[in-house]
Amino acid sequence: MSHVLKVENLEVVYNDVVLVLKGLSLSAEQGKITALLGANGAGKSTTLKAISGLLETEDGEVTDGAILYDGKPIHGTHPEKIVRQGIFQVMEGRRIFEDLTVEENLRCGAYTRPRSEFSGDMEKVYDYFPRLKERRKQLAGYMSGGEQQMLAIGRAVMAHPKLLLLDEPSLGLAPILVEEIFDIVQRINQQENCTVLLVEQNARAALSVASYGYIMENGRIVLDGKGSELLTNPDVQEFYLGMGAGGKKSYRDVKHYRRRKRWLG
Amino acid sequence: MEQYLQLIINGLVVGSIYSLVALGFVIIYKATKVVNFAQGELVMVGAYICFALTVQFQLPFLAAFLITLFFSIILGLCIERLALRPLIGEEGISVIMVTIALSSVLKSLVQLIWGHDLQVYPQMLPTEPIWIAGLPVAPVYIAALILSGLLFAVFTLFFKYSRVGIAMRATAYDQQAAQSMGISVKNIFAMSWCIACVVSSIGGLILGNINGIDPHLGHLGLAVFPAVILGGLDSLAGAALGGLLIGIIENVCDGAAMQLFDIGGFKEVAAFVVLVIILMVKPYGLFGTEEIERV
Repeated sequence: MSHVLKVENLEVVYNDVVLVLKGLSLSAEQGKITALLGANGAGKSTTLKAISGLLETEDGEVTDGAILYDGKPIHGTHPEKIVRQGIFQVMEGRRIFEDLTVEENLRCGAYTRPRSEFSGDMEKVYDYFPRLKERRKQLAGYMSGGEQQMLAIGRAVMAHPKLLLLDEPSLGLAPILVEEIFDIVQRINQQENCTVLLVEQNARAALSVASYGYIMENGRIVLDGKGSELLTNPDVQEFYLGMGAGGKKSYRDVKHYRRRKRWLG
Repeated sequence: MEQYLQLIINGLVVGSIYSLVALGFVIIYKATKVVNFAQGELVMVGAYICFALTVQFQLPFLAAFLITLFFSIILGLCIERLALRPLIGEEGISVIMVTIALSSVLKSLVQLIWGHDLQVYPQMLPTEPIWIAGLPVAPVYIAALILSGLLFAVFTLFFKYSRVGIAMRATAYDQQAAQSMGISVKNIFAMSWCIACVVSSIGGLILGNINGIDPHLGHLGLAVFPAVILGGLDSLAGAALGGLLIGIIENVCDGAAMQLFDIGGFKEVAAFVVLVIILMVKPYGLFGTEEIERV
């Protein structure tokens, strides 16, 4: 089993003062879906932006550690070059170009690809998301949230990514759409042979498709394991899946978790 | 009546040049959100370069034209690289001050090299007027109209269908998202300055053929402002229409003021008066993107 992406002891500082990632390590196995879970402000998006290089536009800086892609360090590389190496980030909040049509949005996704591949790739995207085909000439800003998310992922498919970074694809979507999107992410993962690193708040949905998962708190990984293991882990069940394990919880257990977190974090 | 028709035709020609310069302005604003106060000076520089090539170096006009375009591209690259790139991420007001400084520098350079006097281009086109609907129109006017119409068509197609054009629009909408797609924002910025310089030079060149050139040509930038604001700052169609409208309004109002009240020089004011009125009714201009603000 080979790891296409390895992040080692990553430290990221925003604005020269705010330490957001405090020695984070994770890896993504070739051809698999890896989930990165955690509460708001844990540093999940920052991790993705550090990998894709987009951190540089936000006054963030990798101050320590390494990001290895195919065994080669990539931090400090400009984001446009990182895209050309095959890493594509679908940013949080969809970030589609609202005053461009669906097709023009897809063309932006294919910016780094040879022109000759465009029409074939577009058909592929329409195959994954038939609804986009119906709206191909429409302005993207007038589409529903779910369709916009499909467009955002479709744009990524256009770029033939080897490593796809998905930042909260379930954000603001109805449960049924979340399921649909995750199904398609799984299909893309298998059919395009692309490794996926998935950041999510929706732990259950993410772990159901992920083969491996990491749980982050305060800029560090506090727990990791196989997707199925995490789903049955009592701490994860209680704190991320909202399954209160039945009955009242004594304060002692909460304290125990906090203590554990301190040790691990 | 005939006099007004003549004024309208003049207005159209001047307006089409305004449109070109406004186009440059809008492209820079659209892609980089920079309000470029040196737009008029770019016109002037282009006009002088072409003048130098045709008159001082005695090159045939077509060669001079192409070299001027080439030079404009270089100028755009230099301006972006030296003056604006260091300011990426700085506040809007600093960037605006830099463009104002740029306009002073360019103007001084031109005066230093070519002096203050009015310079005249050699006659390219026949002076014999062409008669349209009973009105004499100078061939250079018609050439100007056709050339600007052509350029607008080219740029409309460019932004609609070419990969780089679409990438420019995407960058204008969301820089970071564009970057996440592998679009180099720096290249897009440089490209927009190049295009702005090229269209401005062409505008300057046409003006030079009509009126001759002097260092006051830079004031054109000021006259183009109403056109840009009227069109709505970030719309290509707006720039085209705004330019034509302002050109016509200026000329017709000037003529009317002369005839009715015997006041000269109303030209400079007319556009701004109309501008104020229109902005009271449509604050985002005719085609501008309205921003939704919640209070």
